[in-house]
Amino acid sequence: MAHAATHDHHDDHHGAPTNFFTRWCMSTNHKDIGTLYLIFSLAAFFVGGSFAMVIRAELFKPGMQLVQPYFFNEMTTMHALVMIFGAIMPAFVGLGNWMIPLMIGAPDMALPRMNNLSFWILPFAFALLLSTLFMPGGSPAGGWTMYPPLSLQTGSLAYAVFAIHLMGISSIMGAINIIATILNMRAPGMDLLKMPVFVWSWLITAFLLIAVMPVLAGAVTMLLTDKYFGTSFFNAAGGGDPVLYQHIFWFFGHPEVYIMILPAFGIISEIVPTFARKPIFGYKAMVFAIAAIAFLSFIVWAHHMFAVGLPLGAEIFFMYATMLISVPTGIKVFNWVSTMWGGSMTFETPMLFAIAFIILFTIGGFSGLMLALVPADFQYHDTYFVVAHFHYVLVTGAAFAIMAATYYWLPKWTGHMYSETWGKVHFWSSVISVNVLFFPQHFLGLAGMPRRIPDYNVAFANFNMISSIGGFWFGASQLIFLGVIIHAVWFSKKKATDRVWEGAKGLEWTVPSPAPFHTFELPPVIRDEELAHGHVED
Amino acid sequence: MTSGGIRPDGIKPAFFKRAAMAAAAVAGALFTGMALANPKPGQLNMTRGVTEWSSEPYFLNNVALGVCVVIGVLVFGAMFIAMFRFRKSRGAVAEKWSHNTMLEIVWTTIPVIILIVLAYLATGGLTSFADTTGSQMTVKVTGYQWKWRYDYVDYQGKAIDKVGFMSKLDDQSNDTRQLGSGLDPNAVKADGEQTYLLDVDKPLVVPVDTKIRFVITADDVIHSWWVPALGWKIDAIPGIVNAAWANIKTPGTYRGQCAELCGQDHGFMPIVVKAVSKEDFAKWLAEQQKPAAAAPAADASAGASASATAPAAPTKG
Ligand code: HEM
Ligand SMILES: [Cu+2]
Ligand SMILES: [Cu+2]
Repeated sequence: MAHAATHDHHDDHHGAPTNFFTRWCMSTNHKDIGTLYLIFSLAAFFVGGSFAMVIRAELFKPGMQLVQPYFFNEMTTMHALVMIFGAIMPAFVGLGNWMIPLMIGAPDMALPRMNNLSFWILPFAFALLLSTLFMPGGSPAGGWTMYPPLSLQTGSLAYAVFAIHLMGISSIMGAINIIATILNMRAPGMDLLKMPVFVWSWLITAFLLIAVMPVLAGAVTMLLTDKYFGTSFFNAAGGGDPVLYQHIFWFFGHPEVYIMILPAFGIISEIVPTFARKPIFGYKAMVFAIAAIAFLSFIVWAHHMFAVGLPLGAEIFFMYATMLISVPTGIKVFNWVSTMWGGSMTFETPMLFAIAFIILFTIGGFSGLMLALVPADFQYHDTYFVVAHFHYVLVTGAAFAIMAATYYWLPKWTGHMYSETWGKVHFWSSVISVNVLFFPQHFLGLAGMPRRIPDYNVAFANFNMISSIGGFWFGASQLIFLGVIIHAVWFSKKKATDRVWEGAKGLEWTVPSPAPFHTFELPPVIRDEELAHGHVED
Repeated sequence: MTSGGIRPDGIKPAFFKRAAMAAAAVAGALFTGMALANPKPGQLNMTRGVTEWSSEPYFLNNVALGVCVVIGVLVFGAMFIAMFRFRKSRGAVAEKWSHNTMLEIVWTTIPVIILIVLAYLATGGLTSFADTTGSQMTVKVTGYQWKWRYDYVDYQGKAIDKVGFMSKLDDQSNDTRQLGSGLDPNAVKADGEQTYLLDVDKPLVVPVDTKIRFVITADDVIHSWWVPALGWKIDAIPGIVNAAWANIKTPGTYRGQCAELCGQDHGFMPIVVKAVSKEDFAKWLAEQQKPAAAAPAADASAGASASATAPAAPTKG
């Protein structure tokens, strides 16, 4: 179909429909759909962020000042759901949509109509989810993990479950599309082992998505039938088992956290070589490490359940398996550092975010290793130590990688350079505030503050106040991000070159900036030296 | 020196024993020992706890933290050196290599060795935790939305009859924590400690130097019973009975909280364990068993003071 399109748009090089509705709502173009995903994700980032501001405002000092405890729980639950399913995941799908075809020399995604559908499901899913906030009885408030029996007390459970079904369908379709594109649409000469690491990371992530989204759908459907159709999957009084839910949920949930970080690994593996002007260290080891992490992610789920009272053998197995993940994760970090070693580095905003990612994600990995030690986890579990851990890997990990990617590819998308000065202001403001926000949470957890509580003993007051100040500051910093993007899209006068970055390699930099509406209508001729990694033997 | 009562069990390396003793001594000197393990403003690390087993998580936490700091310093140090030495502005020219098999082998092997050591230490701690045999006392803990119930099942081989009570947030905290109460959380105090949200109407009283088996369950949704000074938390799950044990070495009042989200008042169902000498405990226990015999008299006074206190005693007695 892509080849037919070549002829339709012969005269009109850019070929984008002029009608707004046709262009955006009926789009089958990977770039436009990518843009839609990215805008959606940015909007969700601010919605989820505003919930976080409510949380941090209530926790600013001891005593209840602003909201009722139930509403506080609604905020923690919705914050997590919106950030995970609305901000992080769609951002990676958007980046994949935009960049995968450009990186492998394909004219578009393999299944363009399905691509449109996977995006347009999302606004409806989120309308459904967010509408619960305005319902009598309120939104789900049992945590994003939705453990029964508590979640069964939620009046709006059905809405949340259907919203999750829709998001799951969207993710699965997106994943199928990505796999089909990568396996079938590579330009001749783009062998699997010459693909950019970002493409590899998405290929593996897509398999994870297909494997676990149905599991989540199953788990929440069982909640639904337990609540409305009299089944007793998780109801002990009816012969069921509440812990069963946790096993099913985390069988989804742990691979899910890797779904949110593997594409980030890919992004960092693109950016670091570009700004170090040196090829990635250990390409094959990088790809293999991603695959190993993906495999291990299926056999560690019960590390979220060390305190439910598992048998000794199970605790030991899941502890060892979890600890094993730090080996491939460590290899990745060592390889990034080695890529820098002996390079010729410059520090533009994407590189700054990438470097911050490497350090701060690793700190999250360290606390992950500590959490894996079961006796210590008996203390850490469900405290602010865990909150600190997953925000280091998700905010300074996944979200920083998304920001790095935005700065890295924005000139290619828009044809304009963003403001380097304001990009750096955004970086420094974010990187300092995010540590003020999350680092003290380690101390709070170690001192004994449980997570998901709206109020606390006065001994926890000082670090909570520091954390809240960091939170407001980090939130405000993201307005700079918004400003930089708006400026780059509509106001920047500085034209981007095709290559954009001196050290950039790969097919995406061979097309003009901004990337025309259709690219690679004829497969490009691939010259190995133009690729970031053109030598299979390495 | 109150910390004299703390004896790490024999399996720890000697250096740790000394470190733990020193830490405990300092903490004991500062906080008079009794309140050894309750949260302190500005507290940065986990505490050692007060039981025979509670040094395990503390020890692992410190070792793992140390390992992470060392690796972090090496890796981030290398990175900062690279960022300094290999910058374009200093005229660095990029090299071409992208491999070093020797290095790759080294940085795969060393972490594996470190992990094996950590796994070995953690497994030891886990195995001793799992062994609930040989306990001299059993307490049943039941989680409710949003309070705890404690039932004394047996002590020193003898079944205990009808000693059990509800334990919920103290009134002063409860008044203060209402939205817009205007009351100052700093003003909530008990025995000189700031106990906002960490005090209850009726604490769990237990003897020291006794291996206590806790059997833990819940009545409605999942809760989690956690007193940091005891070194562990374990979920209280409806339809399931979990077991854990603690042998408290130092008398004192130890505070904790529910650690599994259980609905709107999840933040308001604290746990207080009061560990007393065996003699005091025997006296306390005898007193608890008394009202059963003198039910009519106890009824009148009990009703006035602690409402949720004694449903088990008078009604069944
Ligand atoms: C070295 C790698 C990692 C290890 C060993 C690790 C280990 C753990 C463990 C043991 C827990 C459970 C803690 C508890 O609840 O007591 C946990 C929680 C969590 N981890 Fe990690 N982790 C790692 C990396 C990651 C990454 C890369 C992400 C996501 C990008 C992540 C996201 C999370 C989240 C979201 C939770 C909390 C889930 C919840 O209870 O709501 N972790 N991690
Ligand atoms: Cu996990
Ligand atoms: Cu609770």
